[in-house]
Amino acid sequence: MNSYDALKDLYEEKRNFSSRVLVAAIVLLLLILLLIARLADLQVLQHDYYSTRADDNRMRVVPMPPVRGLIYDRNGALLAQNRPSFNLEVTREQVEDLDALLEQLTPVMGLTPGDIARFKDRVRKTPRYRGVPLRTNLNPEEVARFEINRYNFKGVDITAGLSRTYTMGPTASHVIGYVGGISEADYAKLNERDYQGINQIGKLGVEKSHEEELRGTPGARIVEANAAGRPLRELEQRPGAPGRNLYLSLDARLQNIAERALGELDGAIAAIDPQTGEVLTLVSKPGFDPHPFVEGISTKNYRALQNDPSRPLYNRALQGTFPPGSTIKPFMTFAGLLYGETDNNQRVTCNGTYYLPNSSRKFRCHKRTGHGSLDMPWALAKSCDIFYYQLAINLGIDRIDEVMEQFGFGKATGIDVPNERSGLLPSRAWKRRVRKEPWFPGETLNIGIGQGYWQITPLQMAQATARLAMRGGGFEPHLVHAIEDPLTGNITGVPAKPLPPMPEREPHEYDDVIAAMELVTHSPGGTAYRIGKDSPYRIASKTGTAQVAGLSQADEDAPELNATPKHLRDHAWFIAFAPTDKPRIAIAVLAEHAGHGGSVAAPVARQIMDQYLLGKVLYATASLPATPDEPAAAVEEGAETEFDGFVTPSERGLPPPATAPLLTIPAQRPPAAAGENPADAIAVDDAEAGFQAPPTPPPVQGDSVNPPSEDDPTKTPAPHGDH
Amino acid sequence: MNTGTAFTPTPRTPATWSERLQRLHIDLWLLSLLVSIGIVGLVTLYSASGHSLDALLAQLQRLLLGFMVMAALAQVPPDYYRAAAPWFYGVACVLLALVLVLGDHAKGAQRWLDLGVIRFQPSEMMKLGMPMMVAAWLHGRPLPPSWRVVLVTLAIIGFPAVMVMLQPDLGTALLIIVSGGFALYLGGLGWRWILGALAAVAAAAPILWYRLHDYQRQRVLTFLDPERDPLGTGYHITQSKIAIGSGGVFGKGWMNGTQAKLDFLPESHTDFIFAVYSEEMGMMGVILLLTLYTLVVGRGLFIALRGHDSFQRLLAGSLALTFFIYVFINMGMVMGLMPVVGVPLPLLSYGGTSAVTLLAGFGMLMSIHTHRKLLSS
Repeated sequence: MNSYDALKDLYEEKRNFSSRVLVAAIVLLLLILLLIARLADLQVLQHDYYSTRADDNRMRVVPMPPVRGLIYDRNGALLAQNRPSFNLEVTREQVEDLDALLEQLTPVMGLTPGDIARFKDRVRKTPRYRGVPLRTNLNPEEVARFEINRYNFKGVDITAGLSRTYTMGPTASHVIGYVGGISEADYAKLNERDYQGINQIGKLGVEKSHEEELRGTPGARIVEANAAGRPLRELEQRPGAPGRNLYLSLDARLQNIAERALGELDGAIAAIDPQTGEVLTLVSKPGFDPHPFVEGISTKNYRALQNDPSRPLYNRALQGTFPPGSTIKPFMTFAGLLYGETDNNQRVTCNGTYYLPNSSRKFRCHKRTGHGSLDMPWALAKSCDIFYYQLAINLGIDRIDEVMEQFGFGKATGIDVPNERSGLLPSRAWKRRVRKEPWFPGETLNIGIGQGYWQITPLQMAQATARLAMRGGGFEPHLVHAIEDPLTGNITGVPAKPLPPMPEREPHEYDDVIAAMELVTHSPGGTAYRIGKDSPYRIASKTGTAQVAGLSQADEDAPELNATPKHLRDHAWFIAFAPTDKPRIAIAVLAEHAGHGGSVAAPVARQIMDQYLLGKVLYATASLPATPDEPAAAVEEGAETEFDGFVTPSERGLPPPATAPLLTIPAQRPPAAAGENPADAIAVDDAEAGFQAPPTPPPVQGDSVNPPSEDDPTKTPAPHGDH
Repeated sequence: MNTGTAFTPTPRTPATWSERLQRLHIDLWLLSLLVSIGIVGLVTLYSASGHSLDALLAQLQRLLLGFMVMAALAQVPPDYYRAAAPWFYGVACVLLALVLVLGDHAKGAQRWLDLGVIRFQPSEMMKLGMPMMVAAWLHGRPLPPSWRVVLVTLAIIGFPAVMVMLQPDLGTALLIIVSGGFALYLGGLGWRWILGALAAVAAAAPILWYRLHDYQRQRVLTFLDPERDPLGTGYHITQSKIAIGSGGVFGKGWMNGTQAKLDFLPESHTDFIFAVYSEEMGMMGVILLLTLYTLVVGRGLFIALRGHDSFQRLLAGSLALTFFIYVFINMGMVMGLMPVVGVPLPLLSYGGTSAVTLLAGFGMLMSIHTHRKLLSS
């Protein structure tokens, strides 16, 4: 390569080089433009999108669950509360060797393999810096034992939480209910926003029906968290609201007495203040302990409760339906008075049997030998079936239905706890719809004495009794009396819902019935005279026996009580209210498979009325002895002062309620003048529109109208005497 | 400002900073631009590392070391580099071979060589050795190069590139190929060759795909669709795009970026520091930074154009363009324009070797510029 070539090359090379640099510079500028375009795309065009993503990254909503409202009884006694509970928590981040730690902790805290397995499962699902519960609900002794050994266990702490507790345990557990874990089915129904941080929901009773009020509103803290989820600082706080406190109309003492009075018997009791519709006592026995449900009941224990033949989980007072038996007779009497089919002077002669017109079918009175000649009040007091056969036929099924419907039979009372059943009020229309059969006159007879298709809950029975006591007035039964806002202390009364007034033809129809019901208790010969003879207050009542469904309608012979297996024995009914002139308590008692209303159910009702009206139990039974006498126990005065209604929250030092006073006794209709002769009642209906007897009753139906209390003459009389 | 010496009556008394530095073989333009970028880097690093003073001081130390290396290398006349190029390249090749045999493992790849006294990556050495070697090789040849010369050059580029790829370190191999390739391109490689090479790469892509390591393949797939696996391999890109996008035009302000501070952005102070910068400084800040980088490249190309011989021109041009490639690849990767490759953002990313290597390159650029002047005067 000579120098000339080299020089020439040098010039050429430099020119080439410059053009190459120029091309490179152009490409470079294009690449820079590409970068800037992408930058504009991200930072200008998609800025909003990425800003949101950045905020989503860093902001965490930490829910602050509200404290659940408390539940009090009418006297301010706590029924459901939130008790502090101690839990043992382990923070994984602070533990070096988890297995070694668990091994060391096992003897100290008594860990079970189940605890450890559950814990390890949770550790896997929880961030390392967050505590994981190892054991919950430590007792004070365990807490103390841990505290002594605490220095050994780095990363293990005792934390406090709240756990729902029911102070009365199984007592009133059906009414108060319980809370439990939120199930998939619950989640499907609720708005998850309302349950941020909450892991329990009302499952039964008031806890369920008033879930909204009790739950409160969850608050939230908006925190800035890092990529590992650890909160670093709080950005915002959204306050929630604690749950409202409920005041029930239930009287815890009365509830307790009622459950004890029932003794070993299964059954239900409903007691209502007829002046307000407030439910004073609602018993269903056997009860159950709600606490295992709160803590999370094991499948095995739950199945055991469900399969228990005495069905402790089922609320007999609202869900149990039974034929009313003879307790329907006061209402039948009222219907008869209303339509002029009976009056105080009407007399029947009971010789123990009754025949439908044009039929050879024999209907018997529970007293086979017959009651002889009776007037209306005594027919009720002695529960003469013949009188009511006649009355039922005269009234006809349609008029019976009309009156019974107004007493509330056949439809749910609307009480503010869930799962109430409506029972069944038999009617022509019902039978045509469901059974696809016409109504037979023999069935009307059966209905007239409270047997047959009837299905009535104890609560319906108590409500109907209260309506009678209120001379056709009365209120929808309810359990929640007032709701308190724990922040302001404002108490809002739940207004009593008056029921539409019952019809009346003459002002004294109610008093006639009530006078007859007083005979039941206060006259020798009345079926419940044993509880009325020494009563310091006047009781209007009626006994009854409900035929157990297991008894075949076709079986003409009612079996003997003692010869019958227990689950086939009849149920004992008793309804009552007192005092008769100014009723303060209306009550229905149903004792399952107990036989006679007068001997078994009536004493229970008497004891409850004693407790409520007198503040002590005078009438002693085997299951509940009389309250020991205290000096100068002023019986009537005590009833007026000591136990008159509620201790209002304001009397417990709380601010006065914002609305009307708690105990508003609604205006009462003046009771009809008693003792008037309802002679003109007859004028009402010659029509007999209600009862259209078929000219020739079908012969088959006779088999289905056998009253249960009727005994076959060839057998030993069953002890059904005190209907 | 570097012109106009001939007519000054007193050329011996330096009048400007520029001239004073010129005597010390330092180019004021490059120095001020590089220092500015370094300061931006330190400021960003302080925020990205979660206010870590330790990280700040360590990075400051490295930058100072880099600038000292730069100043030292600027003193050496360019001819020495030309003479040393084959030796330097040769030693680098041997060390790369040694790395493959007995290198340390870090993050699943063999990159480090422990020489007892100093532990370093021979691939960094090759980043400088490659443009030096190609420039020196083409220096004596008539340009544009003949096809024989091109073949030899491709061998010079290919041999170390393959060894770096085997480590495996795709990003560095790419940069080494690019730096040699730029020298060859500036030497006047025929356009047919260039188009042919592009076609070959396109044809080889499917074959290359099967040769890639799993994690490399994941990166490519993730690049194509970052949301494919938002918690796994796509997480980097998704989070860095969130950081950049949420920065907006004016940014969230220094130390107010949440993505890095709250650890959502991985590698926030190394390869992904650009995302932190964009989040806090916004589009305006990024344009300022891009301007600084562009000026550095422009100054480098200017020095190349004024180069005295082929070696100086090709070396300076290659160093300047490779510097831009660093910037482009890193920003493109962080913005989701290209797959994730381990290329740091020059003078911003935390980490020792790359900053020192880059600044050493600028030392050679300064040497080329300042010695040319003295020689001509």
